[in-house]
Amino acid sequence: MLSETAAAVLEESKKRGWVLEPDAKRLFADAGFDVPVSEQVRSEDEAVAAGERIGWPVVAKVVSPDVIHKSEAGGVAVGIDGPGAMREVFARLSNIDGCEGVLVEEMLPGIELIIGGKIDGQFGPVVLAGIGGVGVEIYKDTAIRMAPIEEKDVASMLNDIVAGSILRGYRGSAGVNLEELKKLIAGFSSLIVEMADLVESVDLNPVLCTEERCVIADARIILKKNDKCS
Amino acid sequence: MDFRNLFEPKTMAVIGLSLSNERHPANIIYNKNYFRYPVKVYGVNPKGGTYHKEKIYTSISEIPEKIDLAVIAVRAEYVSGVLRDCIDSWVGGAAVISGGFAETGRLDLRRQFEEIAAEADFPIIGPNCLGIYSPGEVDSLFLPSERMVRPEQGNVALVSQSGGILVDQMVKFAGQGIGLSRAVSIGNKAAVGELELLKYLARDEKTDVIAFYIEGFGPGEGREFVTAAARCPKPVIIMKAGKSAGGSRAVSSHTASIAGDYAVFSSVMRQFGIVEAKDEFEMVSFCESLSCYSRGIDGRVGIVTASGGHGAVAVDTCEASGLVVPQFSEEIQEKLRGRLSQSVQPIASLGNPIDLTGSARDDDFVISASELSRLPDIDCVIILLLPYIPEVTSDVGARLSQVYHEEGKPIVAYVPHVEKYRMIIEGFQLNNVPVSHSIEGAILMVEAMKRCKPC
Repeated sequence: MLSETAAAVLEESKKRGWVLEPDAKRLFADAGFDVPVSEQVRSEDEAVAAGERIGWPVVAKVVSPDVIHKSEAGGVAVGIDGPGAMREVFARLSNIDGCEGVLVEEMLPGIELIIGGKIDGQFGPVVLAGIGGVGVEIYKDTAIRMAPIEEKDVASMLNDIVAGSILRGYRGSAGVNLEELKKLIAGFSSLIVEMADLVESVDLNPVLCTEERCVIADARIILKKNDKCS
Repeated sequence: MDFRNLFEPKTMAVIGLSLSNERHPANIIYNKNYFRYPVKVYGVNPKGGTYHKEKIYTSISEIPEKIDLAVIAVRAEYVSGVLRDCIDSWVGGAAVISGGFAETGRLDLRRQFEEIAAEADFPIIGPNCLGIYSPGEVDSLFLPSERMVRPEQGNVALVSQSGGILVDQMVKFAGQGIGLSRAVSIGNKAAVGELELLKYLARDEKTDVIAFYIEGFGPGEGREFVTAAARCPKPVIIMKAGKSAGGSRAVSSHTASIAGDYAVFSSVMRQFGIVEAKDEFEMVSFCESLSCYSRGIDGRVGIVTASGGHGAVAVDTCEASGLVVPQFSEEIQEKLRGRLSQSVQPIASLGNPIDLTGSARDDDFVISASELSRLPDIDCVIILLLPYIPEVTSDVGARLSQVYHEEGKPIVAYVPHVEKYRMIIEGFQLNNVPVSHSIEGAILMVEAMKRCKPC
């Protein structure tokens, strides 16, 4: 069963056809997933204040119903290290089409993964996991499973990823917290099953993974294209 | 729903028998069953009359016996009426050969068909299908017998959406010596689809391996199919057409873009231990292998050959396929060396691949295969046999097969498939050891066993 928060977020976003990042994050936080500390702001001053509270450096992202792919629209700035830079970034982001505000977020380290879900025509809900970031469609280094899957099944999925050794620690670099990652993928696979009637696909990209945590740094939920009656 | 009537009918009606056209599909079906199969066959045509001095019945309801299988080859617009007669006459199952439904835009006829099929409590194959072939029992394929290549009776069931692919696979099965338990072309699958046949064949005692050629699953059908296949104790092999995305649909998420229809299909097959064949060559190799060995393996291979080149090619192919070819310890090598013939001992290399050299005799192959079969770290032995080396005899296939039956570890062989070497090939095949005509094929056979395990 979907939680009230999740049902409400999906219902509110129906008209737009997809869920704005802050709302999507609210949904995932409510479902018990780890998301970064963030604040949505509407002015330069608010943005600076949010940066102070969160602690520099921060990330800023445009919140706009017209922009699904934020990076492509120049709607993401990382490593903002103080008030001056924050003001500049805010001014730039607020000029993007349909800008309704800016999301200021703690800047987290970690390996960028993608965890995604899709409602497949033949098999219903499926889950995908692999190397994330902006180049995700170039490398396509991902594994797919029919959802739901259990934590114990996630290991075989990670074995299918060519760059999977990075997750386990490679040539002196630290790996990621595999237990947290398994929990996240398995939990997400259950959630996608619960949302199957309402959504078309979901990208959690990037999910930032370190030895300690796996945090959903960005989330995109595309809703099912609807029937005439809605 | 009982499918037994489709595959093991005692009585059969061929509806739509022509009085004027000997090449009519119904006549071909009638003739082949009348002359060559134990099933009792009745002809039906509303005009009545006689055919081969047998009475032609004007309707199925007139036939004095209960009919197990009705084969329907009438024009599309008459099919629903005939199906109603079948329901009223308590037939056991039907195969509708007639085309001209959804594929020609007659969606109304297709809808009628589906409605009647839903009322029937017996299985209906088709429409637009080639029908059913059960070796030794019944053959409803409307292909003249003299044109067909029939594989021997065996334990592999073939289910194909396409009749053409089905018949083609039968030709290949026959060429490769793979035995068939059932073959069925399901055509437009308006009533009976892959799922229902999977469930039946999982219980069919004549079938040990179930192979599908499919074009696609309907909404949600794939999920049900893989769930049923995962519960099926027999290996399931699948070959899919339509791998390329139909046009580039605009997709708004990375996941939807990467996880396209075929990427999902292929991944889910692997997830559930269904062996996906990428092409017909793989299909045939997988069927042959799994018809002998139905249990999954990890894929650690020992290779025995009489040629360094063959060994090297095999190792490359194994590694590209994710199979492991572990190096044998000195201890293992010395033990084996001590048992080989005098002429081979000083020149054989035994690291894996085992190269017995051109001086190898049958005994050297047999001893090597036995030794490797006993190693706990090896779960399959590949024999690359060069029948043209002087000391190898035509007994070697049968003798090596015995090693499998004694040791219980799968053996897969490569022998060039030319008439000259047939006794060696049959020595393997007739003793349930798969043998390929290429090194790559032999390795595909091992891969099939590995892929049989859910990932």
